[in-house]
Amino acid sequence: MTEKLVIIGNGMAPGRMLEHLLEQAPGRYAVTIFNAEPRVNYDRIMLSPVLSGEKAYEEIIIHGDGWYIKHGITLYKGHKIVAIDRQAKTVTSDHGVTEPYDKLVIATGSVPFIIPVPGHNLPGVLTYRDLDDVRAMMLAAQSRAKAVVIGGGLLGLEAAAGLNSQGMDVTVLHVMPTLMERQLDPAAGYLLQRAVEQRGIKVITKANTQAITGNGKVEQVELADGTIIPATLVVMAVGIRPNAALAKDAGIAVNRGIVVDAGMRSNDPDIFALGECAEVGGTVYGLVAPLYEMARVAAHQLAGDETAAFVHMDTPTKLKVTGIDLFSLGDFADGDDRQEIVLRDGSAGVYKRLVLRDDRIIGTVLYGETADGAWFNDLKKKQTDISQMRDTLIFGQSYQGGAPLDPMAAVAALPDDAEICGCNGVCKGKITGAITGKGLTSLDDVRAHTKASASCGSCTGLVEKLMVLTLGDTYNPAAVQPMCSCTTFGHDEVRRLIKAKHLKTIPAVMQELEWKTSCGCAKCRPALNYYLVCDWPDEYADDYQSRFINERVHANIQKDGTYSVVPRMWGGVTNAAELRAIADVVDKFEIPMVKVTGGQRIDMLGIRKEDLPAVWADLGQAGFVSGHAYAKGLRTVKTCVGSDWCRFGTQDSTGLGIRIEKFMWGSWTPAKVKMAVSGCPRNCAEATCKDVGVICVDSGYEIHFAGAAGLDIKGTEVLGLVRTEDEALQHIVALTQMYREQGRYLERIYKWAKRIGIAEVKRQIMDDGEKRQAYYERFVFSQKFAQVDPWSERVSGKDKHEFRPMASVGFAQAAE
Amino acid sequence: MNWISIGTISDIPRRGARCVATPQGKIAVFRTADDEVFAIEDHCPHKGGPLSQGIVHGAAVTCPLHNWVISLETGKALGADEGAVRTIPVKREGERLFIALEALASRAA
Repeated sequence: MTEKLVIIGNGMAPGRMLEHLLEQAPGRYAVTIFNAEPRVNYDRIMLSPVLSGEKAYEEIIIHGDGWYIKHGITLYKGHKIVAIDRQAKTVTSDHGVTEPYDKLVIATGSVPFIIPVPGHNLPGVLTYRDLDDVRAMMLAAQSRAKAVVIGGGLLGLEAAAGLNSQGMDVTVLHVMPTLMERQLDPAAGYLLQRAVEQRGIKVITKANTQAITGNGKVEQVELADGTIIPATLVVMAVGIRPNAALAKDAGIAVNRGIVVDAGMRSNDPDIFALGECAEVGGTVYGLVAPLYEMARVAAHQLAGDETAAFVHMDTPTKLKVTGIDLFSLGDFADGDDRQEIVLRDGSAGVYKRLVLRDDRIIGTVLYGETADGAWFNDLKKKQTDISQMRDTLIFGQSYQGGAPLDPMAAVAALPDDAEICGCNGVCKGKITGAITGKGLTSLDDVRAHTKASASCGSCTGLVEKLMVLTLGDTYNPAAVQPMCSCTTFGHDEVRRLIKAKHLKTIPAVMQELEWKTSCGCAKCRPALNYYLVCDWPDEYADDYQSRFINERVHANIQKDGTYSVVPRMWGGVTNAAELRAIADVVDKFEIPMVKVTGGQRIDMLGIRKEDLPAVWADLGQAGFVSGHAYAKGLRTVKTCVGSDWCRFGTQDSTGLGIRIEKFMWGSWTPAKVKMAVSGCPRNCAEATCKDVGVICVDSGYEIHFAGAAGLDIKGTEVLGLVRTEDEALQHIVALTQMYREQGRYLERIYKWAKRIGIAEVKRQIMDDGEKRQAYYERFVFSQKFAQVDPWSERVSGKDKHEFRPMASVGFAQAAE
Repeated sequence: MNWISIGTISDIPRRGARCVATPQGKIAVFRTADDEVFAIEDHCPHKGGPLSQGIVHGAAVTCPLHNWVISLETGKALGADEGAVRTIPVKREGERLFIALEALASRAA
């Protein structure tokens, strides 16, 4: 007797299942399909090419009407099943059709996730799921207006690319810091973002959508940070969830999806589920390969083969956007028992990473060149021991025994107009041209002819690399000490290349300069973060996870894990109200030690981390801001009482000190900067052992720099004498900015000055008015972004997670 | 094992850590750049520094006090230093994170 098989849903998985079933057990079942969409079975994966105009709907149909007729299948189009009666073994559609079944297959797929922000139901807000969505988007695109896609995952980027090729002005909003973070590591995410942006699609990461607004239809999207993006179309592509409501209503076991065993059978033996709505072995799947495997298993089971079983499989992810090649597979997390092989080619935009365990591949990320993806997938699946080909593995299948990659590829790839020497404005073409044109063979010759690296010398390493590239092995450069074991470049080269190549994020630097590790180390990350903060003050988003703990929580960690707090006392001057506030804080938080520092302020030691925001709140009430006693930045400006009180004082040293401190606080520098202003040559403020000091004299202000009173003891050098307070400030600011731009991370001013030469610093700051003014202006610009009190920010809730334990557990058990 | 819920993965910043207070002291729960989660005692084998405050790179953390590098997976000091810190079983179900408290109890007993 023919059994009745009813299928709810007509997507790709049940379509494939029917193909298998018709082959295995033709004529065994009378099949009826209910499809909520008013159409036949089509290839949902190809919706993106339809949206971009590369394919027509007709081209993506899998089973046309004729197929159903030929196989005697009844297809109800546009019928949504609203109820399953498991006692009577019937299903009922929203058009009132009731159909009995012997076996039922639920393949209701998934529903797009809608972020419940205000305005999510305005006309013009769409999801990206089926052909109706695509048609609506194509209609909206005819206006050639602005579109916003919320979600920078696979679906969102495909939607964005499609709308972009339909002529819309598209902005992608992604809540995470990098695109497709589930499939790609940050390095590949960076490359992807660059490629997407090159197509004219704007990308905003860390974008928190707050509301969609408009008068009767979508007009704009508002982000939590206040940004407003005009849009006539908003596509939400933030994810999908299994559509299991119908099964749940019928009392079938549902967890995230409909729970099925390895044979795709639910807890009702006559009811199967497959596709995106099914949960097997605790996992729900969204990519087509495992869904087709479910279809194969279900068909075998329905045909009577009860041994067929679904086995978990990793499926490679690929992005279906023309011209963007990426491939991601398996597990690519770091781990101790794992090794990674990383290959970066900055000029070609290629990034490859293999994650190995016990000489076997367990994960792969490929960007830019994905031809070997299938081969790596095969090696992974077969658990091939790769120890024999380890050295050449990353170059791919066809590569055996060729020459190793050129370590200077990044320098070779620089365009001729890339600026190598910042001091003298010399570009690459001028240097290589002079070397060949004039037959230069030594660094001194190159300096003499081009002036490159002839001033501060920080680009020497790069110039030498250019000489090697141009002259070949005949030139032997001096060895450059690399920043850390993650790179072959030294600090100076990295700094120059950040400017020359306009690198504006840590992943960008690591990719373009071919870092050997995927996420750097505790040495290079804080350095890169500083270089980027310094070079791109308005554009770079400070990476807190790359800052040392003191700068992350704005206090100084002590040996017992508590913190110390030093509020700013401008120029070392305080008053009764401030002291009273400090005394109250000390009492309230039972702070065990209060100490006067060498920088003329007060240190409170032994504060518990959890108490920091409350301590800052109380100090803030009294007008205190952070003293940055923890910062590689401006610390104190020590002063004496000067002409206000002292019978020997020649100028208002207190006033100048306060003025300098108020002007310069908040700025980040390569290492800490301590300053002092003394009102006369008796030098009570000890200005002549500071990073920058001023000695006031009758005729004006003598500016000193490059002193040290720590590991090394060194008196300052004299920069020069200026007449007015304004000039003193301008010269000090310019000097500090020069150091900010050239210093190596953790290199104090005295070491930097020794490296550059005292005369060169004097020449640029004292003699070259134009340079001085330019340094000054760049400092002033960067202060616009730096002068925010970090304590009050945290009192208002920033980085809350830093100051609270994640959880408290186990205390109840302990009490019993 | 006795799994205890401690929150969700989004509670911890990438390349960062949070603490869980327990009767036996603090446990540091780490999240790497690739969303791997590890839990170890928040106590450097060198001089007891709070490892949760260190810089996270790869599957390792650098102690904020004296720059020892500790493997998050094995708890062992990497490089030339020798020493180890206890690791705590941690598992992830969807977004939720759990640690196994039995390991704590057995130590307390």
